[in-house]
Amino acid sequence: MENGQPRSFKIRKIKEKVFLAATMLATLAAIVPLFSLLTYVVIKGISSINLDFFLHCPVPVGESGGGMANAMVGTFIIVSIGCLFSIPIGVLGGLWLAEWGKGKRGFYIRYAVDVMAGFPTIVFGIFAYMLFVLTMKRFSAIAGGFALALVMLPYITKTTEEMVRMVPRSLKESALALGLPEWKVMIFVVLRSAWSGIFTGIMLAVARAAGETAPLLFTAFNNMYWNFRLDQPMASMTVQIYNYAISPFEEWNNLAWAGSLTLVSIILFITLFVRKFSRRVTYG
Amino acid sequence: MNNVAIKYTNRGDRWFQAVAFLLAASIPVIFLTIFAMLLWQARESIFQFGFGFIFSSAWDPVKNQYGALPFIYGTLISSLIALVLAVPLGIGTAIFISELAPAWCKEWIATTVDLLAAIPSVVYGLWGVFVLGPIFGLSMLCAGVILAIMILPTICAVSREVMQAVPNSLRESARAMGATQWEMIKTAVLPTAASGIIGSIVLGLGRAIGETMAVTMVIGNRPSISLSIFDPGYSLSAVLANEFAEASSNLNFSVMVEIALILLVFAVIVNGLARLFIWKMVSQDHSR
Amino acid sequence: MIKRALVFFLGIAVLAGSAMALSLNGAGATFPYPLYSKWFSVYKNQSGVQVNYAPIGSGGGIRQFTAGVVDFGGTDAFMTDGEIDAASNDVIHIPTVAGAVAVVTNIGVGGLKLDGETLAAIFLGGIKKWNDPKIAELNPGVNFPDKNILVVHRSDSSGTSDIFTNYLAKVSSKWASQVGAGKSVAWPTGVGGKGNPGVAGAVKNNEGSIGYVEEAYAETNQLDMTAIKNKAGKYVLPSVAGTISAMAAGVSKIPADFRGNILNQAGKSTYPICGLTWLVVHQKQRNAEKSAALKAMLTWALNDGKKYAAELFYAPLPENLKNKVLKVVNSIE
Repeated sequence: MENGQPRSFKIRKIKEKVFLAATMLATLAAIVPLFSLLTYVVIKGISSINLDFFLHCPVPVGESGGGMANAMVGTFIIVSIGCLFSIPIGVLGGLWLAEWGKGKRGFYIRYAVDVMAGFPTIVFGIFAYMLFVLTMKRFSAIAGGFALALVMLPYITKTTEEMVRMVPRSLKESALALGLPEWKVMIFVVLRSAWSGIFTGIMLAVARAAGETAPLLFTAFNNMYWNFRLDQPMASMTVQIYNYAISPFEEWNNLAWAGSLTLVSIILFITLFVRKFSRRVTYG
Repeated sequence: MNNVAIKYTNRGDRWFQAVAFLLAASIPVIFLTIFAMLLWQARESIFQFGFGFIFSSAWDPVKNQYGALPFIYGTLISSLIALVLAVPLGIGTAIFISELAPAWCKEWIATTVDLLAAIPSVVYGLWGVFVLGPIFGLSMLCAGVILAIMILPTICAVSREVMQAVPNSLRESARAMGATQWEMIKTAVLPTAASGIIGSIVLGLGRAIGETMAVTMVIGNRPSISLSIFDPGYSLSAVLANEFAEASSNLNFSVMVEIALILLVFAVIVNGLARLFIWKMVSQDHSR
Repeated sequence: MIKRALVFFLGIAVLAGSAMALSLNGAGATFPYPLYSKWFSVYKNQSGVQVNYAPIGSGGGIRQFTAGVVDFGGTDAFMTDGEIDAASNDVIHIPTVAGAVAVVTNIGVGGLKLDGETLAAIFLGGIKKWNDPKIAELNPGVNFPDKNILVVHRSDSSGTSDIFTNYLAKVSSKWASQVGAGKSVAWPTGVGGKGNPGVAGAVKNNEGSIGYVEEAYAETNQLDMTAIKNKAGKYVLPSVAGTISAMAAGVSKIPADFRGNILNQAGKSTYPICGLTWLVVHQKQRNAEKSAALKAMLTWALNDGKKYAAELFYAPLPENLKNKVLKVVNSIE
């Protein structure tokens, strides 16, 4: 016991320092790719962003001045269609699970929701292709919207269920005690008070859907021009970025970076904004 | 709540509950319909190739010979590489955030790692092609590295949650017995959180299996099995992205759908397993 | 209530949309895509009709055309009898232009010379390194690096592949028996790129690689092209002139339904790996409006469009062939 500490303790202390350092290194290694990616996206993207990019549609190979304007609008439209399908089902379905879903039926429905959350999204695209594209005999924004709805649905349902569960019973019971019919209580009291959390879930699902490519590859397909018709192919940011990225033309690669910058900015903005203003929601 | 429920004869209430139930029930209906449609459209391929499809590595559209083995192999190997890289990094990061980081930086490190999860797959692919491609080539390894980066947030976030859920009393008693901080983590936190951590790993695996765009942009798109991870390969989701829209014959189309079915079954099994581990963790938590 | 309003607006949107200008949807070959994208952009400005062409590869074009999802398909591999049957036996092939399939490399050597046998051996995986004696034999005086050859082929179902593999099968019996020809084959070696752009990109980004792309992709990306030995024994680089020469020599053998090839034709300056590219349409259209629109677009493409062909590295059809095609276009109802 020379220095006041037994040798075995010193070894333990060293071990501790080593492992602590290892976890710090792990954290660094986890963060470095993110910074590398964001740096590339920002630097390469900014140099290609100009007014043309936001106002024009794609132009033929070799010409300049092309943009992703129609793709940006397209993503907005397709995601909106997705919301149209998934919000009603997700919110009311989540509400049902929280309020009346304690038995066997609830168990199976909850299980289906959980499993669907883990589906490879390209499968939703294939499903939408069979359901809409083959029957309508055309690629369409509706098919794409439906595929994205399937991507968003499990998340919206789960969040709604979680949020509704957190509404205090007393709130519901006092409203019922005041004589309000149950359905009105559900809509105007329960959903209303859970709304900020549900909205968070919807926005996070939207951010996720906006970044999806695979479900749109053979549903909404792509379009070089302005198109607002829902029964025609529609451009989207992700598919356009993909096409530009794998092409050998440098102007197109630059547009891919610019598109990535725009898309990542929008998604990060939504994600951070939503996190700041409400409780963290786990999907694990 | 149910034993307090009063049977309303109020039509409004019954309608509302019925509508809500129908919408909720539509989810498993959609789920089953997807399986049914895939099975139906894949029937030609299933009849033609039977069970051997999974074990065959033939891929000759000219001679109408198809086999899914190269894609299954590719999906599994690229996911495995991703796990080998992401598990130590993800758990290490989770430990750092939950146990070791000073309070002021906990939140922003956690947020940063979570942001990784929000980035679209196609943007990862774009970065991968131009930044990782020159380093690793268009290969299984490259795909594995990109997948690792993509599933790391999942492993980290879930592990972090379960670790933070470990009651402080356990930590304190370990410290009280003279454990160093690392020893406390090793003996008090990790074993308690073990089930959830394993769940996070399996969840990460589930995500890696289904990942499409980033993989297809860097894996080399070669339908063959090679023992070297520096060689190009293919995966179930990548071949669907590349070749689904152009299946040249009805049989080819049917083969594609069968591949989608195999992918789906894999994803469902893996995710189901993950849920089991995490539910076990959650119920442990509740029984405290 | 909100839901109902949204559904209402959705209905209005769809209806309003239908009142807007007619648009045609096509999909298919990436081979002619640089030219088609120029054509349809000009055509939109001139006529107001939006023609939306998605370059997903010839196989995809045929598939989606057969499924009725697009109005016309683009392909550099003419549809087989079986494929025509599957498309309700009502298919017209409209050749638009011809192009050359360039063999491109990335080893810093311009003007590389290869003949059919050696080319096939490389793609078969028989010749693995650039400094192989067989390659050196054809290229005396050139210093080749001791690098592995990375073969790049198509990962998708491709008409360009069809042209290329048909050529290889013609000049190499080994290729013909081992691999065969088609839009999608069991490539013995190499990596797959998606579409002509994908192959061009892969060759551009990987040193030591060799691939095959339509001439336009090689030229616009400044990829080194290979001089291939033609039937007359001369080594010829891809060029519009070489393609025109191939067409002139082969046009008499093209059948009435235009499903023919112009590979390995005679002529000193003929480039051996050329092919026609077609738009496939149904002879009986779903409605009169579409029929008129298609006819107008195809007629414009054959008459007016051809002036853009040469500068984008495609060869317009010779006059007599063009007139025959126009007659067929007119038969669309």
